Amino acid sequence: MAEMTSHRRMQLYGALLLLPAAVLLATFAYLPTITTVFNSLFLPGFRGAPTEFVGIENYQVLFDDPTFWQVARNNLLYALGTIPTSIALALGMALFVNGKLPGRGFVRMAYFTPTILPMIAAANIWMFFYAPQIGLFNSLLGTLGIPGVNWLGDPSVALGSVIVMSVWKEAGFFMIFYLAALQGLPPELKEASDLEGTSRWSFFWRVTFPLLMPTTLFVLINALINSMRVVDHLFILTKGGPNNATNLLLYYVYENAFSFFDRTTAATITVVILFVLAVVATLKFTILDRRTHYQ
Amino acid sequence: MSDQSRIRLESVTKRWGETAAVDGISFDVTPGQFVILLGPSGCGKSTTLRMIAGLEEASDGRIHIGDRDVTRLPPGDRGLSMVFQSYALFPHLSVANNIVFGLRSRKVPKAEQRERLAKVAELVDLTDYLNRKPAQLSGGQRQRVALARSVISEHPICLMDEPLSNLDARLRSDMRREIKALQSRLSMTVIYVTHDQVEAMSMGDRVILMQHGQIVQDGSPDELYNRPASAFAASFIGSPAMNLLPLVAGEQGATVEGETSVSVAPLEAAGGQLGIRPEDIELHPASAAGVPATVLSDEYLGADTIAHVTVGGHTVRVRMSGKHALAGQPCCLSWARENAHLFDASSLRRDDLTPNTLPSAPHAVPRPPAVGSFQY
Repeated sequence: MAEMTSHRRMQLYGALLLLPAAVLLATFAYLPTITTVFNSLFLPGFRGAPTEFVGIENYQVLFDDPTFWQVARNNLLYALGTIPTSIALALGMALFVNGKLPGRGFVRMAYFTPTILPMIAAANIWMFFYAPQIGLFNSLLGTLGIPGVNWLGDPSVALGSVIVMSVWKEAGFFMIFYLAALQGLPPELKEASDLEGTSRWSFFWRVTFPLLMPTTLFVLINALINSMRVVDHLFILTKGGPNNATNLLLYYVYENAFSFFDRTTAATITVVILFVLAVVATLKFTILDRRTHYQ
Repeated sequence: MSDQSRIRLESVTKRWGETAAVDGISFDVTPGQFVILLGPSGCGKSTTLRMIAGLEEASDGRIHIGDRDVTRLPPGDRGLSMVFQSYALFPHLSVANNIVFGLRSRKVPKAEQRERLAKVAELVDLTDYLNRKPAQLSGGQRQRVALARSVISEHPICLMDEPLSNLDARLRSDMRREIKALQSRLSMTVIYVTHDQVEAMSMGDRVILMQHGQIVQDGSPDELYNRPASAFAASFIGSPAMNLLPLVAGEQGATVEGETSVSVAPLEAAGGQLGIRPEDIELHPASAAGVPATVLSDEYLGADTIAHVTVGGHTVRVRMSGKHALAGQPCCLSWARENAHLFDASSLRRDDLTPNTLPSAPHAVPRPPAVGSFQY
């Protein structure tokens, strides 16, 4: 009996230790999620009328909305444009600054600087790069005699311009994870493969890259989440324009909720985003995890 | 045996900034030899090995393998394999893929890879483990994978950098025998780095003892044990180490400092040191002739007892077989003349003088036969 009570007490103890985190998570993550799902199933009542349960009608309306599909397509292009590029760039930079290199600390810092800058500040800097008349890019092109481009105003280039800025901002951050992982690799592995005359290229694909898979997986999930939560760049650079050419899902949620005051549509899109993220993350963990070696 | 596995170092030096880790060392390894680079940590033995492997570039001097000057060649072109202290196994690859890693790098055909893998796995007794990952193996098995990886390359030269230091004592003695057997069976040329004198004595055809980046002595284990070239060599080989006693000038000859009643060496030896191995000293009752001493304590080790004896304020270890309880008793010491070694003031061996014959009385204590100093 005494054993039972001490066991109970340990359980209570454990539960109490978990409580603060559980309260925070419930208040700021789970409850809002449930409320959002709930909101997406109702239509608000006007002039004091009660809210009306409409089931999946909100989703049907959303899926019939061409703007939603444009935004979703933009977001897919944005994800495809930023994720592989920033990861490849991050890995390349990490390999570069992990080698023997004069002024290595300085180069590492230079690569990491964009990450330290607040998004709003970075976006403002890029505004100057992209500005049609006085911008850096167009001035450079002008000295070469090439007519400038309206980087953020032309619907066919605007999304590309936003993608380039995001890659610039993110690659340095991911580089830090790769650099840490590279420094954790035992140097004897390189030496052992050098003794067998293994080429650098072959060593990278047969040893380095597989051993970095846990990092790649982690970075991939982070990059995916980042690509789905872009608000601040767009707020400064384009406001989603021109004609929704650079509008992305979370910014569209923001517009619906705070510009159009359409909470229901905002909630519905949020649920769709959550669903897509959950599916992709599950796929990644089940498929890639099996092929990933954790040390 | 081809001459391709002959290794020759000519005044090879490695400097890190101002300090020389390896200071102009030269030696010549004949094919099929098992050579040990022995020394305390920081003596430059690993650096020497890594320069032969090409993992470290020599600051000065030349390295030849066979008739080629390999001093500036990359490691992969030197035709040698290496076993690392940490084994350097690829954690994400199976044992089989770890072993054939180098063959794949060298684009050996698949069928030949399989054939050689089967043969080598058989040789090192890993056939049942080929599909495991290194993390699922014991230390000894990992060691075997590392060995297999260097054997399968069929390079005539194998370098080993303290390969047994991560294993427990029992496994270590098994692996010592296995490596030695493998080496003679495949007639490989091996250069083996260790700080463990037991490994050096039991495995090496030849031991190169190093200190401060220089070679102290280069000879067979027998020579190192019986004719140490310096006081350092004397104290490094043997367990427990050789006793070294400072000598001062006495009336008839040199005596042990603090114990002037018996002269142990010619007068010219004063200022140097007298070295006697613990197993070469005989312990007699105080009434017998010899160097007077007192037993401080005894350490019973099972097969033998190590007595700590004080002579003129210096502690001397005496090894006796069997069990003895002698602590606190006065006694006297003697030794055969050929077992005493003299070292000069700069601690180098001197062979120009012979130690005195001690007035050794007929053996008062019946002494069991001397035990060997190395545990095989």
